Parts: sequence; C-alpha cells; structure tokens
Amino acid sequence: MLQQILRRLMATIPVMGVVAIAVFALLHVTPGDPAVIIAGDYATAEEVAKIRSKLGLDRPFLVQVGIWLGQVVRGDLGTSIFSGLPVTTLIGQRAEATVGLATFALLISVCVGVPLGVLAAWRQGSWVDRAVMVFAVSGFSMPVFWLGFLLVYVFALSLGWLPVQGYAPFKDGLWPFLRHLILPAMTLSVVYLALIARMTRASMMEVLHEDYVRTAFAKGLEPRSVLIRHALKNASLPVVTIIGIGFALLIGGAVVTESVFALPGLGRLTVDAIVRRDYPVIQGVLLLVAGMYVLINLVIDFLYAVLDPRIRY
Amino acid sequence: MAIPSSASAAELTFAGLPRERGAFAQTRRFIARNPTFVAGLVALALVLAAGVLAPVWWTGDPQALRPAERLRAPSAEWWFGSDQYGRDIYTRTLYGTRVSLVVGASVAVTSLLIGTALGLVIGFNRRLDTAMMRVMDGLMAIPAILLALALMALMRGSLRNVIIALVVPAIPLVVRLVRASVLSLREAVMVEAARALGVGTPRILLRYMLPALVAPLIVQGTYLCASAMLVEAYLSFLGAGTPPHIPSWGNIMAEGRAYLQLAFWIILFPGLFLASTVLAINLVGDGLRDLLKVR
Repeated sequence: MLQQILRRLMATIPVMGVVAIAVFALLHVTPGDPAVIIAGDYATAEEVAKIRSKLGLDRPFLVQVGIWLGQVVRGDLGTSIFSGLPVTTLIGQRAEATVGLATFALLISVCVGVPLGVLAAWRQGSWVDRAVMVFAVSGFSMPVFWLGFLLVYVFALSLGWLPVQGYAPFKDGLWPFLRHLILPAMTLSVVYLALIARMTRASMMEVLHEDYVRTAFAKGLEPRSVLIRHALKNASLPVVTIIGIGFALLIGGAVVTESVFALPGLGRLTVDAIVRRDYPVIQGVLLLVAGMYVLINLVIDFLYAVLDPRIRY
Repeated sequence: MAIPSSASAAELTFAGLPRERGAFAQTRRFIARNPTFVAGLVALALVLAAGVLAPVWWTGDPQALRPAERLRAPSAEWWFGSDQYGRDIYTRTLYGTRVSLVVGASVAVTSLLIGTALGLVIGFNRRLDTAMMRVMDGLMAIPAILLALALMALMRGSLRNVIIALVVPAIPLVVRLVRASVLSLREAVMVEAARALGVGTPRILLRYMLPALVAPLIVQGTYLCASAMLVEAYLSFLGAGTPPHIPSWGNIMAEGRAYLQLAFWIILFPGLFLASTVLAINLVGDGLRDLLKVR
C-alpha cells in the first residue's frame, strides 16, 4: 500500500510540472512585453527595465523556466513586486480565512446536499424530488456574489443578525470566527451543494434499482437503514468524485465570496495582486491552488479503495 | 393487462401504429412532456429579444447622467430605479443583455471549435495524446475564474480579451469530451470498414466521427455558454473584466455595491436578469441532453 501511495504521488509530478510551466508561460504567451504590462501605463522606461531585470525577463526563455522550476522545487515562489515580501509569506498570512471558509462551505454542502439527493432519489418523481431538482438547477445558475449581496441585505442589513462583512481570526475565539463566516459559507456552498445533491440523486437512483436493495426493503428493514447503510454506501463513489472535481469550483467561488464579504483570504490576495499586476503573487496562488486540487483528487483516488474494497491499488 | 393510463396508451399507439396528430396537439404534448425545456426556451427567447430590441424598448440613453435623479427607487417612471449618477437601471440592464449574450455565445462557439479540432487530432495521434492530455489535466487543475483573472491581469481590459480569457479554461473540457469519444469510436465497426475501404484519416475524422459528436457538443456548448456568462460577471465584479464604460451586468452590480443599503435595486435587477438567463440556458441544456439522449 505504502509503495502504491508513493508511486501515485510520483505520477502527479508531471502534472504539477505542467502546471508550473503553464503558469509561468502565461506571462510570455499573452501579447505584449510582460515587463511593460506589469509596470503599468504610467511607468518610465527605467522602471520597466528594473522590473525586467528583477523578474529575470531579460534572460532566454528556457533559462527563465529552469530558474523558476528550481525555485518552486525548493518551495520558493518568488517575491511580491508590490510589497517586497516573499510570496510564501503572503500566502501564509492569508491561508486561514480561505481554509476556514472553504471547509465550512464544504461541510454545509455535504451535510445538506447528500441527504437532499438521497431523499429525491428515494421519492423519485414526487414533489420532493422535483423541488430538489429545481433547487439544484437554480443553485447552479446563481451568480455567487449576487446571492451574497441578497443574503447580506436580508440577514445583516435588514434583520441585523449577522455582521455585514469582515473577518475575526480563529485565535479571537471560535464563535466570532464562525459568526463572520456563516453568510460567506452559505453563499459559497449553494453551487457546490446543488452539484452534490444532483450527483447523489443520480447515483442513488441507479443503486436503488439493484436487487439487493429490493431484498433489503422486502425483508422489512427500516427505510433509513436501507437507504444509508445499503444504498448510499454503494452510491458514494460518484459523489466523492464530484466533491473532488468540484474543489476547483469551490476555490473559484471563494475568490468572489471573499471579495463580497471583505475576507482577508487568498482570493482577495489574488484580486489585489491582479489590480496591481503583481505577477509573482498571481503565479504563486495559481500554483498552490492547482497543487491542492491535484493532491485532493489523489486522496480521493485512495478513498475509493476504502469505500469499495474491490478496488485495489 | 391492466387498463393503461392515458400517458402509456399514447406511448403504445406511438410505438405501434403512428397515429395522425394535428400540429397543435403535438406541440401541446411536447410541452407537457418537457415543461422545463420549453420554459427555458421561452425565457431564452425573451432575453434574446430584450438584447436585440434594447434600443427600441428603451427609455433613454444607458449612459445619460441625471444628477437630480440620483438613487430613485423603482417606480412607474423608473422601472428598475436609478443609480448614483441618475442613470436608468432598466435601460442599462437591457443593454447589459447584449454584452452577456455576446460573451456567452462567442465563448461557447470558439471553445467548441478549438477544442473539437484539438480533441480530434489528439484522439488520433497516440504520441501527442499522452503529452497533450497532461497539459489539459494541468490546465483543469486551475479554477476557471483564477485562470481567467490571471490572463486578464496580463491583457488590456476589452471585450475581446475577456472572451479570450474565458475560452482558455473552457478548451480542456471540450478536448476531453471529444478525445474520449474519438478513442471509443476508433474501434467502431464503421470506422474499421472505412479503413478497409482505404478512406484516409482526415476523411474518417470529418465524415465518420464528427457527426457522432454533434449532439454531445451541442449540450456541452449550452453549459459552456451559461458558465461563461457567470464568469464574465465575476470578472467585471472583481474589476478585471469588461471595461467599466460598457454597461455589462457585472459592471452595473460592481458599481452598485457601495449603495447596497440605500439602493439595493442597482444590484437586484441585473443579477435577476443574469440568474434567469443562466437558468434558462441550463434548462435548455438539460432538456437537449434528454432529447438528444446524450450519455
């Protein structure tokens, strides 16, 4: 097993290498001189030259790629042009809010989405099923920030139950931390929840047609136990897969949500970096997020073996 | 056999002896069977009409500033209210329809064309396959919004560049779909027969494989269009999208965010239009998937 894990880890190296090169190459594929673009419209020739030499843009492309890959392997993502701080430090400062937000949203999505999907599949064709499906399509079509503003307008501005925006770090206590994340997490979870509910329903519907489920019902077992212990267990593979693929969606949504609620997370870091054309920061965040995506999907690959003992690596 | 219900009786006659039916009755049956698909089509047609007819249905100039009429609430005169410069939100929202539709359609068509061409070539060339699919996997690991943001950071803000920034993350999705179909079709009997007859690879790709791909690609195209419209609004909202002087739905909402408490209608109406349009396209996509029996 350990050997297998190591082998799979090694297999992710080419993908990560591609991501690292792609993220770097973006700077060169886009039209125009990257140094001029990063320096902005009002930069002098001197400033442009400074940025060019600072980013090593005056060297041959392949040398630049080599230097960049060498840095990345050592865990060095370069230095921010705007603040002069190492990109890894900036990411470290902003990680807590994003991880908190994403985890909270993930919990809501799974805890609500899976039961909704199971219910819809069990009562297929009923009004419950239709309501869940309508909710799933609408949730998937909802602009994230618009939903955020609606929630803010109702729960914060009109009712005054929750803070309008802002963030309380975890070290200030659990309740203030959670209180500031309730609305953002609700906003962020809707799309993901819709996706999970839809997938759970589709997967459960297939399993519920199996003979062993009919037998279990016929034996007179409680529906709850049949649905959860017999059916959901076998229907869980596609659901777990969609949770992994949806991670990219979750992080994308987090960028927008953080902007609505003024959360000091990685999304805000990226958006600020884009306004300032601080390319090393953008590069670093892209690489980190892509790395997380690859790792999470690797973990999910291994979860398959736990959920379905027939699968062996 | 039990007495069949009316629905299954209709199916039986349909399957056995096709009965003559009037066009009206047929349409009604189609609507009854695909209510969400028809609802989506109707909504989409309305949005299209709103976009095309924006100058005719319009009550003014989308950019006209009326400082005396700032932040008016929705009323008979100001259907959707006015913003902090006294611009009419109804007019601006209707004009915004054009931007969203142009972006959504252009992104869908462009990424379908590029993705299909790439997918056909990759699916047929084993040497290219492994390398190119790694590249596609790598691109798919980056969330679409982040990739589009990064591209916008490196390009000047224009409608064309927004479309480019949205096409890049969409291409791998199309490539994967096309490649998977090509790999399975490559072993199909008709392709084998064509090969035996001496048909060349380009002709096999175009005449034997492309037709089988049309249905899944149309369905994929609707989803690409819907998500491109959403991401365009996100980019504008984050200040990295369509230039601010163009009244896109995302831009109208971005400008209204500071006035949420005073004038929620600046955000409410464009968002409602965006959500309804995306919903309509998704419903049409789901309907087409069922009707064309994709997957």
